[in-house]
Amino acid sequence: MTESILYTHKLSNGLVLLADPMPGVQSAAFNLLIPAGAAYEPADRCGLASMLSEWITRGAGDRDSREILTDLDNLGVTHGEAASTVHTSVSGATLGRNLIPALAIFADIVLRPRFDDDEIEPIRALAAQSLQSLEDDPGSKVIYELRRRHYPDPWGRPAPGSIEGVEATTGEDMRRFFHERYRPDGAILGVAGAIDWPRLKDEVEAFFGDWKPGKGGAIVERPTGPKHDHITRETNQIQIALAYPTETMTSVDYYQARAAVGILGGFASARLFTEVREKRGLCYSVGSSYETHKNIAAVMCHAGTAADRAQQTLDVTLAEIDRLHREGVDSLELDMMRAGLKSSLIMQQESSMNRASAMTADWYFLERVRPLDEIAAKLDGLTAESINEYLSRRPPADPTILTLGPKPLAITKGA
Amino acid sequence: MSRFHHTQLSNGLNVIAERVDHARSISAGFFVKTGSRDETPSIAGISHFLEHMAFKGSDKRDALAVNRDFDKVGAKHNAQTSEEDTVYHFTSLPEYLPPAFEVLADIMRPKLDATDFDVEKQVILEEIKMYMDNAMSVAYEAARELHFTPHPLGRSVLGTLESVGALTIEEMRDYYARRYGPSNIVLAFSGRIDWPALVDLAAERCGDWTGVEAKRVTPPAKGTGKFRVIERAEDNQQSVVMIADAPSLESPDRYAAQLLATALGDHTGSRLYWTLIDPGLADGAEVSYQDYNQAGAFYTFLGCDPAEAEANIQKVVDVYKKVRDEGIASDELEVVKNKVLSRSVLRGERPMGRLMSIGFTWSYRREYIPLETEIEAFQRVTPADVKRVLEEWPQPPMTITTVGPKTSINPPDFS
Repeated sequence: MTESILYTHKLSNGLVLLADPMPGVQSAAFNLLIPAGAAYEPADRCGLASMLSEWITRGAGDRDSREILTDLDNLGVTHGEAASTVHTSVSGATLGRNLIPALAIFADIVLRPRFDDDEIEPIRALAAQSLQSLEDDPGSKVIYELRRRHYPDPWGRPAPGSIEGVEATTGEDMRRFFHERYRPDGAILGVAGAIDWPRLKDEVEAFFGDWKPGKGGAIVERPTGPKHDHITRETNQIQIALAYPTETMTSVDYYQARAAVGILGGFASARLFTEVREKRGLCYSVGSSYETHKNIAAVMCHAGTAADRAQQTLDVTLAEIDRLHREGVDSLELDMMRAGLKSSLIMQQESSMNRASAMTADWYFLERVRPLDEIAAKLDGLTAESINEYLSRRPPADPTILTLGPKPLAITKGA
Repeated sequence: MSRFHHTQLSNGLNVIAERVDHARSISAGFFVKTGSRDETPSIAGISHFLEHMAFKGSDKRDALAVNRDFDKVGAKHNAQTSEEDTVYHFTSLPEYLPPAFEVLADIMRPKLDATDFDVEKQVILEEIKMYMDNAMSVAYEAARELHFTPHPLGRSVLGTLESVGALTIEEMRDYYARRYGPSNIVLAFSGRIDWPALVDLAAERCGDWTGVEAKRVTPPAKGTGKFRVIERAEDNQQSVVMIADAPSLESPDRYAAQLLATALGDHTGSRLYWTLIDPGLADGAEVSYQDYNQAGAFYTFLGCDPAEAEANIQKVVDVYKKVRDEGIASDELEVVKNKVLSRSVLRGERPMGRLMSIGFTWSYRREYIPLETEIEAFQRVTPADVKRVLEEWPQPPMTITTVGPKTSINPPDFS
């Protein structure tokens, strides 16, 4: 399935460099994960990590804010800097010949931001507005709020934070967070595409070799909830979102669990799309997806539909989850799930950006990058019987359910 | 061996294909030259509804079988409808092309069953409501209507709850018969292709298609320059869409227009970025150039704090006035070119990225433009070309629609 060779190199400060030279492509992409996500923010500074990810780009090393963006544009770099729950990620893609100069600029951004105080208020205004925009986007809002209720804190923290947190965050808070959390130990740099490995390795050593490891930063988990909740909004549709626990990537049941989520709602002929949309015409979009942190994982389901159809949409969705575990899957469904995932794996090798982010994710969860052949072999090893044995052994826990719209829904048993 | 191939079947269907070096997959698409501009007000939304109905199946397979037969071979399938085109496409591994293509070709001759029609109508109504919950979508639809009407490009792609609610299956069958003749369709392939096999496949699956030639009216489009305020009291942010006339897709000036739009309003590093985003005055400010059949438009999207909307609209207008008076200097143009070229290469590495480009180009120009030629065309653009575009398409004035809680907003000063 793959001809590529994967290179790994760990710098003495802990930074892990992963590289996949992809034959034939002209582009090169990188993804740097830094262990500086919203989960590490003080509880009254929610939104700090996102604000900081903006501040680092506004002047670094020898360049001011405008010089950074102009130089990146001149190198043709499509880039993004953003905080998520666990990480702050810095990523970019450009022509292979421009990769090293681009990395040099990002080394300044990550190691030597200028932290000009004049930038703080504009950044705060942007952060506050993106929170307001999120309020106007019911489909995204419901997923953020579901995570907040489903996972123990801080694993469900939304990276955009809260208005209170954004208003309270000071430059000093951000500088302290930067010194504690922007660190090479726990950071992962994945590079894929048109690359020259020996040169890349030397340059990354030169750019990031003097990055100093950090100290401390243990996470204290706190329970959240409530299990069933409703947010009242005068929207045209009711948003329905629910989550229940599943296996993490290190579980022996991981592939069984992934297959089951896919068969429930991961493709067009999966059960949710078939039962909710195709047979009953209840809504436009419905589906399920798998998401995971290191020690906790969830099946997420989401649908949006009119008030008079929402109750039936929720009921059918819950019934399908129940039926999946009670009746199991058949081999045709497994074949479809497998064909889709294997096609995605092969197509991943056409995109340097996808490949770079897949490698860093693998390393974060498993401390290794799975060869694509290994994933394909695991998928080939699945049988309907092995999935059904897993499903019957692990009945779905009572899901966390959140609705957003004019009126709450009834949550009946079967739920 | 040439990378590009073309043939025309005896029924008038154009078939084209482009080899993408090192691609591991293949994309296939039917480009039907029909969209909301080809509708009349009484059937508004029928092109998009018909796109959905294709997936409800043919005489040979029902909706569940359509999804299942794509999923069995892991084909990623989808469709899209715009003002002027309806595109049905999938991406699969080369070995699964024949079975996946058989399904795609089959649904292009859909059954249009009355019961399916009633169920799917509910799905479409939900899709319309979903977009009604998104302020920027509401602003976009309203702005297009305000700018173009009475030109057919002012018509809504989705239609309204009323227009779609009143559609009948007979109207859809009639529309289909008028618009889906083989001479109005281009079949395109991109990726890891085997041309002789594709010609055989096209002839086998599409050779017996019949149908009439479709007409389109292309009256000249001249924006109205009107200003409209729509109240949505429950929104947190103000959403603004501004539209100005621009070169058409037939015009050689479309490359200069694309570079101008990127200079003015790319999401990062552009003039609007430095005017509005960097100082934190707005959380979204972008310009995109849309080329249509014998028409064109520059769209400006602005999202901000309602209290700042009027001042921000004036700032956008001032950015346009400045470029109108001073043009773009060659160093700024070079930066923008580097950005656009790099993105073209990145997009072109995936079969889907090229499929859309070659499909639309053949639909409207009966021409093949290799990526290298496109890149050269961008490279040849001079500041004088941009100046000429600005003289021929004077910016401003523009048509403006604002949606949100703020209703006391005055039109900007264009002088």
